[in-house]
Amino acid sequence: MTALTGTPVTGGTAGALPADRNGNGRSRRWLVRVGWRHGVAVLAVLFSLFPIVFVLSAALNPLGTLSSTALVPSSGVSFGNFTELFGRTAFERWFVNSLLIAGLAALASITLSALAAYAFSRMRFRGRRVGLLSLLLIQMFPQFLAIVAIFLIFATITDLWPAIGFNTPWGLLLLYLGGALGVNTWLMKGFFDTLPRELDESATMDGATHTQIFFRIMLPLVAPILAVTGLLAFIGTVNEFLMANVFLTDTESKTLAVGMYGLLQGDERNNNFGIFAAATLLTAIPTVVVFQFLQRYIVSGLTAGAVKG
Amino acid sequence: MSTPSSGPGSTRAPGREPVGSRPAKSRTAGEHTPITLTGLGAKVILLGLVAGIAIWAAFPLVEAEQWVGLALLVATTAGLFYLYLTRRHVPAKYLVPGTLFLIAFQIVPVLYTASTAFTNFGDGHRGDKQGTIVAIQTASVEQVPGSTEYALSVATEGDPATGPLVFLVTDPADGAVSIGDATGLRRLDADEVTVAPGGKVTAADGYTVLNFGQASARSQEITDLVVPTAGGALRSSGLSRAYEGKAVRAYDAACDCVRDSETGRTWTADESTGSFVADDGERLAQGWKVGVGLRNFTRVLTDPNISGPFLGTLVWNFAFAVGSTGGTFMLGTFVALALHSPRMRGTNLYRVLLILPYAMPSFAMLLVWRDMFNTDFGLINNLFGLGVNWFGEQWSARAAVLLVQLWLGYPYMFLVATGALQAIPRELTEATSVDGASPWQSFRAVTLPLLLVALSPLLISSFAYNFNNFNAIYLTTEGGPFPADNPSNGATDLLITYTYRLAFGGQGAEFGFAAAISLFIFAIVAVVSAVSFRRTRKQEEVYA
Repeated sequence: MTALTGTPVTGGTAGALPADRNGNGRSRRWLVRVGWRHGVAVLAVLFSLFPIVFVLSAALNPLGTLSSTALVPSSGVSFGNFTELFGRTAFERWFVNSLLIAGLAALASITLSALAAYAFSRMRFRGRRVGLLSLLLIQMFPQFLAIVAIFLIFATITDLWPAIGFNTPWGLLLLYLGGALGVNTWLMKGFFDTLPRELDESATMDGATHTQIFFRIMLPLVAPILAVTGLLAFIGTVNEFLMANVFLTDTESKTLAVGMYGLLQGDERNNNFGIFAAATLLTAIPTVVVFQFLQRYIVSGLTAGAVKG
Repeated sequence: MSTPSSGPGSTRAPGREPVGSRPAKSRTAGEHTPITLTGLGAKVILLGLVAGIAIWAAFPLVEAEQWVGLALLVATTAGLFYLYLTRRHVPAKYLVPGTLFLIAFQIVPVLYTASTAFTNFGDGHRGDKQGTIVAIQTASVEQVPGSTEYALSVATEGDPATGPLVFLVTDPADGAVSIGDATGLRRLDADEVTVAPGGKVTAADGYTVLNFGQASARSQEITDLVVPTAGGALRSSGLSRAYEGKAVRAYDAACDCVRDSETGRTWTADESTGSFVADDGERLAQGWKVGVGLRNFTRVLTDPNISGPFLGTLVWNFAFAVGSTGGTFMLGTFVALALHSPRMRGTNLYRVLLILPYAMPSFAMLLVWRDMFNTDFGLINNLFGLGVNWFGEQWSARAAVLLVQLWLGYPYMFLVATGALQAIPRELTEATSVDGASPWQSFRAVTLPLLLVALSPLLISSFAYNFNNFNAIYLTTEGGPFPADNPSNGATDLLITYTYRLAFGGQGAEFGFAAAISLFIFAIVAVVSAVSFRRTRKQEEVYA
């Protein structure tokens, strides 16, 4: 571990000395080794940011219409769109609903798919290949065409158990968990596969049970992947619109996607663009915060350390 | 299987002898050494939770006398208890939790949808025959001399352009306001509504009253709306009057037909198409749901309006899916590689800014992009001083859609590629550089193959996702631009948006036909994925 992280650091300080003597060659070397990376990164950041700057400008535009919005707010800055958003809509309710549903769905879905990925990666059993392939296949069915069937199923559920039926976060959550095994299992299995088998084999030799191997050895090692997958599941759920639109018809129970879509309906589209942009910015906040929170796990190279240990 | 701790697969692996000897030693200490206190506690709590949920769910089932559902519930619960109390079936312990949800909320709906592909389920063929007869009788209501005329306002609970319509009618005799839809008529309290002089309702709690322009845009729907009443039914006559009339057509069980009492014409029930047909082949609009065999599938191949554009759309659909997946993968991996260096400073800041498109709600950003491509006041044309009608030309529309996909999708690829790069042991690339390989060589020989091992299943699923990426098209170009001679198939249409328009738009919902086409789509995607899956199989140890 020390050797790994140590090398680049000493290399960097050693390289700083010759730089004073031979600045030209040094800077060319810097350009070849590091400089182009910054160039690529800056270009990518510009590409990523300009539509977001546009949204920001629209949100701060005092006129609040699409036709009066430019990349840089030219006609002054105001927070009128934000106050109007909270005054005219149930935005704060939508926000809480989205956080609750997406947070729980992400948590449950990474748990379910990590369990399945561990079995698919480390165990050999009958039906394994069929199971993996059918996961991939089910994923490919255009799901929104099943929405009529889902609607009919949940109509029955609403009759029997209103607590998990329409207009409740729990019913929607259950529905989202149905898709938990799809992509995530494959993603995580790919990463379980890259972990050396010697790790769990030696643990088995030391008398560890399969549960202990999973929770004590594998899970900490795939923590970066869990973080990434959880984040993706969270974002996917916040953005989900079609199912939520069928499920949640009460203003109070809507999620952000459903509620905000309503803002741009019909004749009000041009006029509501500022409010819509303000809502878009506020919606992005939870994802950005979650990403910041998970940054530590995503960035740390736990696996490299574990192989050495 | 002498040792409880070894899974079914571990017996075959070489060098496992110590596994047997180790627990053998500890067996003297106790039979169940591998069971830890925490493990036992967690098991008790979770199984208790399962039992609790099962009991909670059982009561409504008993009350509703849903014995099949109850049997399923009991069987599932018993199965779960058996699975987690036995020491066998180790893989199933990990797979069952997710699989239960998968079956209930994914497989069952998909199978149900697939089964409707063999029926004529859709608008005009929704319910059973009995419901159809009621609908026919209600629809045949005609104004008879002396029937009551009401002042009519059309309203909706939802959006004025699309929401379900209701009638607000004012009785001329006592001024009472009633609300009616296809299920019947119901009286409203006087304090819930505002009535203008002349009897027309101008506002009602919880409803949006359509103005004249909105109402005339939906005049066909208003004409078609029939509100059943005790003495017949209520229909609109123009946009501001309604009348109560008597049913002209009636069902006659003796001949299994519908008879018109004014003209004497009869329509006989045809069980194979689920509709009432007259002798000269005329069909009543209202029918019922029957099985139609493979007719929905052959229609895709034989109906020239459908089979012709199908091929062109299919080709573009492939180009779109490959372009979206390939473009985002290449850009994402390239940026991830650029940032994946111990010498790189400020990577955290770059990462945070780069993934911002992913943090933005994608459905909202699709709508924003559409407006940025707007010809008159769109940002793209303003910035570059252009006057391009982006969504008006075939190729610019396609390029625009792909650019939007690139913007939306590459942060995701960047994230997973970064994750995969970090999972690759640094020793490997270090070893190649010690051996004198150039960075490019070590990328080609070590990093890229390992990246593909981790990401290829993901690429396949990304392809499958983009193949059916409904939102990407529907929220931007809506499938356009459309050729002048074919308004149902646009240049950027994917099969899924094309199907959606054919089945749900225009002529009314045809769920059976839509399900048949979605099975076609499913078959195409499945074949493509299976082929590419086989090709990547060599790189993986999946079937080891």
